[in-house]
Formats: sequence, C-alpha cells, structure tokens
Amino acid sequence: MINKILKKRILIPGRVSELTIYAPHIAEKARPGNFAVLRLSEKGERIPLTIADRDPENGTIVIVYLVLGKTSALLDTHVEGDVILDLCGPLGKPTEIKKQGEVVCVGGGTGIAAMHHIAKGNFEAGNEVTSVIGARSKDLLLFKPELEKISSRVLIATDDGTVGHKGFVTEVLQKYLQNNSSVSEVVAVGPVPMMKAVAKVTAPFDVRTMVSLNSIMVDGIGMCGACRVSVGGEIRFACVDGPEFDASRVDFDELMTRLCAFRDQEMLSMELFKKSEAS
Amino acid sequence: MTTKRKAKIKPRIGMPLLDPLKRARIFSEVSLGYRAEDAVLEAKRCLQCKKPTCRKGCPVEVDCKSFIRMVAEENFREAFRVIKDTNSLPAICGRVCPQENQCEGTCKLRPTGQPIAIGRLERFVADNFYARTSCEEETGFMECLLPDENLKVAAFGSGPSSLTLAGFLAARGVKVTIFEALHEPGGVLVYGIPEFRLPKSVVKREVDSLKHLGVDFKCNFVGGMSVTVDDLFADGYKAVFIGVGAGLPKFMKLDGENLVGVYSANEYLTRVNLMHAYRFPEYDTPVPKGDKVVVIGGGNVAMDAARTAYRLGASSVRVIYRRTKGEMPARREELEHALDEGIELEILASPLSFAGDANGKLQKVTLQRMELGLPDASGRRRPVPVDGQTFELETDMAVMAVGTGANKVLTQTTPKLKLNNRGYIEVDPATGETSMPMVFAGGDIVTGAATVVQAMGAGRLAAKEILGRLKKS
Ligand SMILES: Cc1cc2nc3c(=O)[nH]c(=O)nc-3n(C[C@H](O)[C@H](O)[C@H](O)COP(=O)(O)OP(=O)(O)OC[C@H]3O[C@@H](n4cnc5c(N)ncnc54)[C@H](O)[C@@H]3O)c2cc1C
Ligand SMILES: Cc1cc2nc3c(=O)[nH]c(=O)nc-3n(C[C@H](O)[C@H](O)[C@H](O)COP(=O)(O)OP(=O)(O)OC[C@H]3O[C@@H](n4cnc5c(N)ncnc54)[C@H](O)[C@@H]3O)c2cc1C
Ligand code: FES
Repeated sequence: MINKILKKRILIPGRVSELTIYAPHIAEKARPGNFAVLRLSEKGERIPLTIADRDPENGTIVIVYLVLGKTSALLDTHVEGDVILDLCGPLGKPTEIKKQGEVVCVGGGTGIAAMHHIAKGNFEAGNEVTSVIGARSKDLLLFKPELEKISSRVLIATDDGTVGHKGFVTEVLQKYLQNNSSVSEVVAVGPVPMMKAVAKVTAPFDVRTMVSLNSIMVDGIGMCGACRVSVGGEIRFACVDGPEFDASRVDFDELMTRLCAFRDQEMLSMELFKKSEAS
Repeated sequence: MTTKRKAKIKPRIGMPLLDPLKRARIFSEVSLGYRAEDAVLEAKRCLQCKKPTCRKGCPVEVDCKSFIRMVAEENFREAFRVIKDTNSLPAICGRVCPQENQCEGTCKLRPTGQPIAIGRLERFVADNFYARTSCEEETGFMECLLPDENLKVAAFGSGPSSLTLAGFLAARGVKVTIFEALHEPGGVLVYGIPEFRLPKSVVKREVDSLKHLGVDFKCNFVGGMSVTVDDLFADGYKAVFIGVGAGLPKFMKLDGENLVGVYSANEYLTRVNLMHAYRFPEYDTPVPKGDKVVVIGGGNVAMDAARTAYRLGASSVRVIYRRTKGEMPARREELEHALDEGIELEILASPLSFAGDANGKLQKVTLQRMELGLPDASGRRRPVPVDGQTFELETDMAVMAVGTGANKVLTQTTPKLKLNNRGYIEVDPATGETSMPMVFAGGDIVTGAATVVQAMGAGRLAAKEILGRLKKS
C-alpha cells in the first residue's frame, strides 16, 4: 500500500529514527538533494524531510528524522505497517552532480542522513568522496557505516572527543582543505550555525561550496514564500529555487531568525502533545 | 430609457447579511443567500430584454435571461439546467464573480444603479438545487455516459479550470484523473478564498459530485516532479490539461521584507484556510497573530487577508493602496463588506521599507505618499510619489498582497512547453492547445492571475476541443 512504513530503524532512541516507506512514484523520480513533504493527520501540519535514500526497484524511499516538536514526535509514534496520510515528493531542485574529481561532503547531526544521499550520488557519478561528519558524541553519529562504503575516507569530529577529532567538523574540514588543494566542491548539510561556519572556512580556499537550507515551509511547491531566504541579496524560495545554494552568498543570520518565527506556538503544541500522550 | 420608466424601477432585493458587528470576528459566511421569495421578486424585476446583453457580459455566456425567467416562474430545477449548460460551478460563481464588471455590468438596468442581482440569483438557484444523481448535479440531467476506462485524460492542478474540464468530460464518458500537488483539491478555492466568503462545504460538494461521476483525484502528486507529461502519454492518457494556476507570490524587494512579521498573502491565507490555522492549537499549523496589521495591495486577495486578520483578533487592520478607492480591483461588494466590518483604508500610499527590533521582528513600515498622475497602459491614472512626503506606521504584521506570478515547478521540468516572456504558457486561443500536441492549458497559468470564471471558461474550451478530437480518433 502506498505510503506504508515498511521498516523503522531506531538510530538514537527517542531522538532519531529512519523510516523506509513504500512510495514507488517518489522512489522512481527522487534524486539526491530532493525532499518530501508529509502530513500525518487531518489536523496535522505539513513538514519537509529530506529523502535520504531511495530504492526504485523496491519502490521505497528512506527518511531520517530528529524528534524536535509536535509533528516529528507524532511521526515517532508511528510503527512498521502504519501509513503516512499525505506524502508529497520529490520536491526541490536536485543536487547538481557532475563528474569533477573530489567532493567533500560535510554533515552535522541529522543532516548527515540528508548528506548521505548527496555523497552517494557523487560516488555513483564517479567522484572521489571525502565525508566529514560530526555530532555531540560517538553514539549520536549517524550513517557512518553507509558512508564508509562510498567514501574514500570518513573524517569524524565529536564535541566530547569520544571518537575522532574533539571539536567541530569545520576544524577537520579546514585542515583537510589546507592539505588537499585538489578538492573541487564542498557540500554541507546540518544545523544552520554549522553551515555558516563551513561557508566561512571554505571562503579563502576558492572552492565551490553548497549548503542545503532548511527554512520553514508550508506548501513546498513555491506558492507561499514562507521558505524565502536571501541569497546574494535577492529573495529565493528554498523549496523551488533550492534547497541548495552557494554558501558564500547566503544570509545565514536571517535564516536563523526566521526559523524562530513560530517558537511560542511550537512549544505550546509540543506541551499539549506531551500531555495528551501522557493521559 | 425614459425618466418615466426609470422612476418605476424598483430597487434590487438586498442580500441578507450577517450583521457587521456580529460577523467581523468570526469565520461564518457573511452573505446568507436569498430566500425563495426574495429570488422570485428579484427575478420579476428583469425586463426580459429582446436583445439581452447580460449573456455577452458573462465570460462563460450563461443564458441569464432564460434562467432568470425560470426563477420568476418558480421553476428552479429548469433554471439550474440552463445555468449548468454553460457554467459548471454556479454556487461558486454566484459568490465570487465580479458581476459588476460582467453580467450585471451590461444589464440594461445598470444605468439606474439597480441592475438585476444576477449573481445572487445564480447562487440561489445553485444552493437550492437538490440533485438526485451526481450526473444531475453536474449537468442538470439525470443520466450521463459511464466513463470509458480507455479514454483517459489527465489534468494537473485542481482549481476551477481543471474542475470544469473534468466535469464536462466526465459527464460525456471520459475518464479524468486530476493530479493535485497539495493534499486537498480545489486550488485557490480552498487555499486562498476564505470560509466567510466561500464556505469549504460548497467546494467540497463540487469535488464530491465529480468523484461520483468517476473523476479520480490524486492529491500529493506534483506535475513535473512526481509525474510528468511524458509519463502520462506513456501510460495511455490521450490528452493532458495544465491548470496549475499562478501561485508564486511576488514581493517588492524592500528593505526589511524578510523580517519576522512580514508574510505573503498566500502564506497567510494558506495557513488559515488550507491548514485551518485559525483553529490552532486544535490544528497543528501556527498562524501569526497580528495586533496592528497592515495589508499591502488593493485586490480581492488584500481584502481577504485584511478581513482574516481582523477575524483573528487584530485591533486594527489597514489596507495600504497606492491609488484611490475607485481604482481598487477588489469586488465592490467585498470592499464594502470589509469597510463595514471595520477595516481601514490608507489610500495613495506605498511601502518604502520595513524596520524591526533586535530580534528581527517587524515594528514599523515607512510609507511613501502618492498622487495620481497621467493614465498608464491600463487606462488608470498612474500613482506617482509626492516628493519628500513619507510617513511611518507602527505595525507588528504586514501582509504583502501585491500579485502573483507563474509557478515554475511544472514548466521548468517540461521544456517542450512554449512560454511567454513572463513565464506563462502559450496556447492557441481557439483551442487551448499548447506547443505540445494534445497538451492543453488554461486558467491563471495562461492568463496570469485572473478570475474563477475565466479559468472555468478556459477549462471548458479545452474540454470541448479534447472531446471533439477523442471522438474523431
Ligand atoms: C528542505 C528541508 C529538509 C529537511 N530535512 C529534514 C530531515 O531529513 N530530517 C529532519 O529531522 N528534519 C529535516 N528538516 C527539518 C524539519 O522539517 C523540522 O525539524 C520539522 O518541521 C519540525 O517539526 P516539528 O513539528 O517536529 O517541530 P516544531 O516544534 O514545529 O518546530 C521545531 C523547529 O523546526 C523548524 N520547523 C517548524 N516547522 C517547520 C516546517 N513546516 N518546515 C520547516 N521547518 C520547520 C523551526 O525552526 C522550528 O523552530 C528539513 C527541513 C527542510 C526545510
Ligand atoms: C485570495 C484570493 C482571492 C480571490 N478572489 C477571487 C474572487 O473573489 N473572484 C474571482 O473570480 N477570482 C478570485 N481570485 C482569483 C481566482 O481564484 C483564480 O483566478 C482562479 O482560482 C484560477 O484558477 P486555476 O484553475 O487557474 O487554478 P488555481 O485555483 O490557481 O489552482 C491551481 C492548483 O494547481 C495546483 N498546482 C500547482 N502546481 C502544480 C503542479 N506542478 N502539479 C499539480 N498541481 C499543481 C495548486 O496547488 C492549485 O491547487 C482570488 C484569488 C486569490 C488568491
Ligand atoms: S514552502 Fe511555500 S513557497 Fe516554499
């Protein structure tokens, strides 16, 4: 049945899980960088989630979500066999992947899952992939085995130093760029402060740097402008002009402000949800 | 018309309305609709002109004279049939058409200021018709041809153009599938026009009757992304109609336009209408609560946004328009209703910039005072800035209702479609066919933002052409 959850893999209990969903028309068309919009109930909101992988033969797509507020928490109550009410995709412009040599893919937190599809696309296009991934701690690192299969090297940073470099991915990235002048592109997906820091690190190296922006979306098809971001001083819609943009031109501070636009209501929703779950 | 005759003209029967004080803060429909006795009295005012002009004033050429006569004769069922002969969505048109520029605008009684209330009569007939079959609902007749599963036609988008096309073809034995990107069918009728003007139940009735006729609605399918025109032909569809609207909201490139608190009308209305955010937190989608609201623009969209903001609890709502009240493109009736409800107008003003606090939240808008200069291409006098005259308004929410453009999602991924320089699809005006054979288009994606009835006309034109060709082959 369409939109049925065939597999649920808990990656970090209570926080991050991966769903394999049967959606053949999306699986057939999805490319790295695309996302989907889902809605879980008649009273639910629409939220965008990146397509982290796809399997056109079996008609499935993979999404990985972080439990943050009401909708992701509600999604987390879904189990194998459940059906997602509305699932729309693929959306957004796919990543521009060309054969160009070495590509460094940077992922932070849940962003590693989204980055995985881009890294895989680059690998399949014949590029050499270096993955740089980071999380707070060893147990929170996602997709390491999957990335090892397609990367020439996987470099790691953790805040607490339980594995890899103790510190930020940007420090690892900077060192790597200093020692490897052949890198033709850097792609970064993760929290906005991380992407902003990546943009700063790569600026002196004159290497094309793309980031995937996660602005607030409503329709996801270019009809509302909720997702608008400033790129090179111009308004662009992340859902149809992006979500990937040239990092050197993005106004990250504005994006961070806009992501907080509904904070009070989101907290209220989550509180009410927790109460109703408890009772 | 002689003065003697004029003196005898009775005024139009007023539309029963919810009291402005009662309605201004709730989402219930404002216009309550004629009762049968109102409708008959109004219909009897019709002069039954020998050479009626009203029909020509209607973009889908409803035979107004005949249906009005039938209302006068209390033959409402036959009146419905006459309307349905050319207009597939009368309950909707009766509510949202700008009749003053169309049928009623050409009415012989118009010079008296009391044209026949054709829109209200149309709505009355549609609202009070109880169809016994879905075919009757669509056509006024009891039985339609069963859909032939081999005669497949697809439409992208589910606005009035596609709904009209689907109704026409389905009633004539064609299997129609509508692919809609959003999770609910109806286009602007569900995501844009608010409940207090067009109840969602009215739209649902139309969609349900199409479903009964065998039309398939596939929601969450994005044309060009989830399914392409080529996919459809490969799948055995004989023709494709593109009715994806002109939903891309425009901004003005002003400083501060991306502050928290500045929204496009589409975002604001979509949150409230499609996502039911006016019932947050029962519904999950949040909506900004503005206290001192400004709405930039002067059309129906601006009125809808302004009245919505007032219903959501704003203490003041001001519509900022660069020309004067007379030039506002909104339906007259909506403008009057808005003013009655307490919406204020700030005419001859245009925004220059927005400013916010340290947290990026909107605090005020700076406006440029305008005056009317010489007429522009549209024949209206062009607004020009008055040198040195700017002023500020305090505001915590601004809604931009300054127009929409072509959405590129489908056209970008369908490179064989010929577009004009503004990104709209070019069609043969006689058939609605695009540069791709057997691919038709109509509605706002061809004309740019227009009206419901024009979109319906385009859907009907394409449907007729498609049916003719399917029959030939
Ligand atoms: C293109 C894109 C791809 C994304 N991919 C992923 C992914 O693969 N995995 C993942 O875990 N998250 C992803 N996100 C973020 C995800 O959409 C939000 O975490 C989710 O909407 C939060 O909803 P909530 O109800 O759980 O939390 P809320 O409490 O409603 O919101 C928490 C925060 O999430 C953001 N947010 C809220 N509503 C939306 C919305 N409608 N659209 C976007 N952001 C919103 C806001 O910053 C908000 O403060 C993506 C976002 C975008 C735009
Ligand atoms: C707020 C507002 C108020 C209005 N008030 C009036 C009024 O009072 N009177 C009047 O006559 N007109 C009014 N209009 C204008 C009128 O609604 C439009 O002219 C009319 O709806 C256009 O119809 P359409 O068939 O072109 O498609 P639309 O109604 O625009 O619908 C297009 C549909 O296509 C879908 N879509 C978009 N892209 C894709 C894709 N790639 N694949 C699949 N689906 C897609 C959209 O989600 C949408 O549902 C108003 C418009 C707005 C926004
Ligand atoms: S989410 Fe509505 S325009 Fe991008």
